[in-house]
Amino acid sequence: MAVGALALLAALAAGPAFPTSAAADETDGRPTPQVELVLDVSGSMRERDVDGGSRMAAAKQAFNEVLDATPEEVRLGIRTLGANYPGDDRKEGCKDTEQLYPIGPLDRVEAKTAVATLTPTGWTPIGPALQAAARDFQEGEGTRRIVLITDGEDTCAPLDPCEVAREIAARGIGLTIDTLGLVPDAKTRDQLLCIAEATGGTYTSVQHKEELADRVGQLVERAADPTVTPVAVEGTGACEGAPVLKSGLYTDRADFGKARWYRVDLEPGQELRAAVSVAADREVTPGYGVLLRAVTVHGREMVRGEASGHGRTDLVSTGLRLPKAQSDEDDAPAEVVCLAVTHSFSPAAGVKTTPGLPVELTVDVVDGPSDADDVAAFGLGRGWWLLGALVVTGFLAGLVWGWISRWRVAVWRTN
Amino acid sequence: MRVRRVLTAALLLAGLAAAPAAADASPSPDEEGASAAPTEAGTSFRSATEIGPGVKATAQGSTGDYLYWSFPADATQRATVRASVRLPEEHAGETWQIDVYDGLRRRQACRYGAQTRAVPAGTTSVELACALRTVRGWAEPWANDPLPGTYYVRLSAVGLPVSDVGRAIAAEVQVEVTDAGGSAAVDGSLAEPLIPGVAMRTAAEGGEDGAGTEDGDGGLLDDAPVLAGTDLEDGWSSGWWTDRWLWTAAGGVLAALAGVWGYTLTRGRGRPGA
Repeated sequence: MAVGALALLAALAAGPAFPTSAAADETDGRPTPQVELVLDVSGSMRERDVDGGSRMAAAKQAFNEVLDATPEEVRLGIRTLGANYPGDDRKEGCKDTEQLYPIGPLDRVEAKTAVATLTPTGWTPIGPALQAAARDFQEGEGTRRIVLITDGEDTCAPLDPCEVAREIAARGIGLTIDTLGLVPDAKTRDQLLCIAEATGGTYTSVQHKEELADRVGQLVERAADPTVTPVAVEGTGACEGAPVLKSGLYTDRADFGKARWYRVDLEPGQELRAAVSVAADREVTPGYGVLLRAVTVHGREMVRGEASGHGRTDLVSTGLRLPKAQSDEDDAPAEVVCLAVTHSFSPAAGVKTTPGLPVELTVDVVDGPSDADDVAAFGLGRGWWLLGALVVTGFLAGLVWGWISRWRVAVWRTN
Repeated sequence: MRVRRVLTAALLLAGLAAAPAAADASPSPDEEGASAAPTEAGTSFRSATEIGPGVKATAQGSTGDYLYWSFPADATQRATVRASVRLPEEHAGETWQIDVYDGLRRRQACRYGAQTRAVPAGTTSVELACALRTVRGWAEPWANDPLPGTYYVRLSAVGLPVSDVGRAIAAEVQVEVTDAGGSAAVDGSLAEPLIPGVAMRTAAEGGEDGAGTEDGDGGLLDDAPVLAGTDLEDGWSSGWWTDRWLWTAAGGVLAALAGVWGYTLTRGRGRPGA
């Protein structure tokens, strides 16, 4: 992580970069990672059960440490929930979320002062806070992360925060939500776990002050680690009319029980490499699989990659390699390769099936197919058996040669 | 494979006199801190932390996290991945697993090693291992054989009671690489090692439209985010050198000597025909 941060700093010093890959374009500079910390300031944060201090005090101390350690390039914002409305009106209480510090270049003193003023007050409107937080992010590439710190489950039903998270994830803006629970009770945990799972984030249950600061700091630093941003595509139900992909990283959604098709143009002498991961972003049954097929436009399967597994998982992935032989003709046309992705996840009982599961597709078209003429390198031999065989053969050849020449000398003499 | 290393080093010295020819196959995770062990792990294939052979990488996380590392492996190498996890003091019994994936995200089989282990309640640490098959220089596209390129390690709890989710854990991962030498040298080689995003990387480096990316004209900074920065310090093996050349040449010499010996036997001791 430190290495990544250093590399990023070096890049910032070197000036704006224009990534050329299909995966990260249309940026006017280096993508800036954005993080929003969403802090629960509901009344229950007054409880004094974190290392003898109140939950709020622990959160404040953690925030101070994290603000100090936030890497330069990260744009950090803070949002609160339940900080302002102390009353009993549920409707009002559930609207109570406020951006305490906007996402932008970090002024540590200002941010710390803002955090210091917080006092535990109201309700726990997690869903509305997440909705608002998702709107806080600025346009542009770069990782986006929400770190949600709370001590209790959402008190604003029927808006299910887990549904909110799934809806945010389905927008395809690459937003990850990490959750931290200050109380290890089952209901809170289930809810936070569901939120994290839906967006590919992590859930941590915090019992101590240092744990909180360490974990939040770690999550902020993770956001600073530069990763390639995938390009959103929409595969079709058949090869015809499927989007044409070039080398790059793509993301899509694959419905349960349906295939997603893409096309890749492959020139003679090139090799297609495709890898696909289907992520389980909700509760699924333990058995699962994925199948990636490369098919001609006429429907003949050329090669496939398949994988299956059992147990708890974040994703299932497979890949394939498809070289196209060099052509003798000068301008042989590129072949259209159809890629079909299907997965065999099945949703657990009572879990929504729409939108489909997130798919990550890597396409690499490299020059020069590879080929081999022999099992061993250049058909060369190796080992004592080879030496023995060669020695025996050489010896026999010498003998035969000697006898032949003796016989020839004898014939010459008699004549 | 000392011969190969010496040769590589000699080539390097001849070619780039300025470049220090480090002869061992240690990787270069990044410019700075090449020798420093990573203390973080990635959480997806995209963000996997790069580690080199012999480096002990550590990471803090929560039970339920999926931790990813990546390492390079070249033709004829045999990698063994070892991981250990320190679990929370109290838990209700968990099952931990390491999975190794190749550059195409295909899961790789382990020759041996405890890849999955069930940890009964009360045990606070677990050791996992996976010895990969020998990496081949080339394989048919329909095969699942390990090929030179990036390898991913994923550490996760595959069996986890919900009550245990979110507790702090510490993980350690180490990859050891040995070389199987010429006995594993197969014919053929890949045009490019199996590194995700290698097409984009070569297009940007070469400045040519080699891989179908249209916008290959802009300069890609060395440290722009890449799918996988996997690289070997002394380059990937070109595939032409193998100790099979020595064996075959030695066989030829011995055969010639044996031939001469056989010939002389037919001649008796004195001058032929005298």
